[in-house]
Amino acid sequence: MTVIATESLSKRFPRVTALDRLSVDVGPGVTGLVGANGAGKSTLIKILLGLSPATEGRAEVLGLDVATRGGTIRERVGYMPEHDCLPPDVSATEFVVHMARMSGLPPTAARERTADTLRHVGLYEERYRPIGGYSTGMKQRVKLAQALVHDPQLVFLDEPTNGLDPVGRDEMLGLIRRIHTDFGISVLVTSHLLGELERTCDHVIVVDGGKLLRSSSTTDFTQRTAILAIEVTDTDEHPDGTGAVRDALRARGVDTHDGSGLPGAGHVLLLTAESEDTYDLVRDVVADLGLGLVRMEQRRHHIAEVFKDHDEQVLRNGDEQRKEAVGHGG
Amino acid sequence: MAVEQPPAQAPAQAPARAGEQTRIHNIGYRNYDGPRLGRAYARRSLYSQSLRGSYGLGRSAKSKVLPMLLFVVMCVPALIMVAVAVATKAKDLPVDYTRYAIIMQAVIALYVASQGPQSVSRDLRFKTVPLYFSRPIETADYVGAKYSALASSLFILTAAPLLVLYVGALLAKLDFSEQTEDFGQGLVSVALLSLLLAGIGLVISAVTPRRGFGIAAVIAVLTISYGAVSTVQAIAHEQGSTSAVPWLGLFSPITLIDGVQTAFLGASSAYPGEVGPSSGQGVVFLLVVLGLVAGCYGLLMRRYRKVGL
Repeated sequence: MTVIATESLSKRFPRVTALDRLSVDVGPGVTGLVGANGAGKSTLIKILLGLSPATEGRAEVLGLDVATRGGTIRERVGYMPEHDCLPPDVSATEFVVHMARMSGLPPTAARERTADTLRHVGLYEERYRPIGGYSTGMKQRVKLAQALVHDPQLVFLDEPTNGLDPVGRDEMLGLIRRIHTDFGISVLVTSHLLGELERTCDHVIVVDGGKLLRSSSTTDFTQRTAILAIEVTDTDEHPDGTGAVRDALRARGVDTHDGSGLPGAGHVLLLTAESEDTYDLVRDVVADLGLGLVRMEQRRHHIAEVFKDHDEQVLRNGDEQRKEAVGHGG
Repeated sequence: MAVEQPPAQAPAQAPARAGEQTRIHNIGYRNYDGPRLGRAYARRSLYSQSLRGSYGLGRSAKSKVLPMLLFVVMCVPALIMVAVAVATKAKDLPVDYTRYAIIMQAVIALYVASQGPQSVSRDLRFKTVPLYFSRPIETADYVGAKYSALASSLFILTAAPLLVLYVGALLAKLDFSEQTEDFGQGLVSVALLSLLLAGIGLVISAVTPRRGFGIAAVIAVLTISYGAVSTVQAIAHEQGSTSAVPWLGLFSPITLIDGVQTAFLGASSAYPGEVGPSSGQGVVFLLVVLGLVAGCYGLLMRRYRKVGL
């Protein structure tokens, strides 16, 4: 079953091409849409909601053509905008009830669904207070609740983690995951942070300049793109612990770079984790050298890194194939 | 009170709580398979929410003060007139039904200025508009609901004192058929006035997301236009160009309505010298009123056509 399908979808404005012959198929589950600001994410959502006609190509949401069935689509789809959209002088309950009715729910059902939905997104007693006094995290929850209140089959979440602190971010990502696993609603979530989506999504689509850069399942992505940052102590034996690890890893065929330009450059080694084995390898190498492993963590990448990685990936894949060929030959 | 609990704990803790009715279950997520009433229902919901909002209902206590106060101010003079008429056994009401809104126009202008921006500027300022358009309604539904809601609330504001006058007139045992006819004409007049002022108020308010600007602009447009037209009419009247007086009435909303009701609704004109437009001129007045109403609707549609996400 396909939830969203686009076929060489283009949107041109007089000066910019927002979408350029984009063809994607999105199945049920949580799908991440990654792209830098201005990559065409919001334009795509607008077209999918049937609010803006495409210049060429076609798109279907839940099997309905966006050009002709916009109203029906919007009845079955929820939308959480990126920007603030909440009036400060009403309570979350009043606001969400009103939005439920705007989606066509009868008054009683609107009130029941509002109470349920606010509870599910984690708003309790505070839901009777005016929204103006809420924290950013609570506002994001209200925005999410209004997108879910009419029990849609699909929700579009535009940058739902914007402005949240790390804890709020993790909670929001957990909530997004639950929207699919517990509520049975498919999700299209946009972000400019790939690392964030890797943890939440089944499938990730990368767009840049309105073009499709990559569309693959998250398992592919994480295996390929997990970047590890490691930091080790120095010992008397190895006064330059970082250098020692770098050399030792190179000897085992793992390239590292020093993450120049990033915080902690010089003390931190970055390397690409090709598989689970890489973690063990790093552990063993550090242990053999008798160094202390201060940290080993997955780096979240910004979208720019994905593009860079994408290019490197091509080269590296070439290398691997060569290496494999040599291996088989020997 | 709904408290979410892990399923494993629910049975263990439930008996500990007092009374069967307070048992709390974790029912998990429930899908909604009830009716979805669609676009027309959403439009009605927006209409009733906006109409209630224009009297502060469903909003904070603070926002009820001004509209309710203005409503009372509109009705009190009518109550006094009725009391006087009943007490003195007068043969007629002290003020015509059609004249009442003209006399109270400052109050009406204040109401339009406060509730027009309340209705549309808030949605623009807090960017709630995209949420509406991500739902089944279309631009025409939003504009139609907002327009008719403000026109309805203005009609309530202007027709309520007329109703007071009418009931009072019947209590004072004035002529029933005459009073009923005059009351009917008064209602038609305030209905036109409500449509016209709602349109003007909303068009001005929809330009700016800042409520303060909206309020100032609406007051300015309504009072300055009336002041200017009345002054120029008075000058024209003084200088003896009486034929120009009615035509000048075309240039402000209140004098427009005055002109229409003088020509068609049996009202005596509030223009200097009480020279209102003739029936022929009245047609022009009526066309201008209807044109303005349609124009305001068109401008609002244009304003919201481009409001995207």
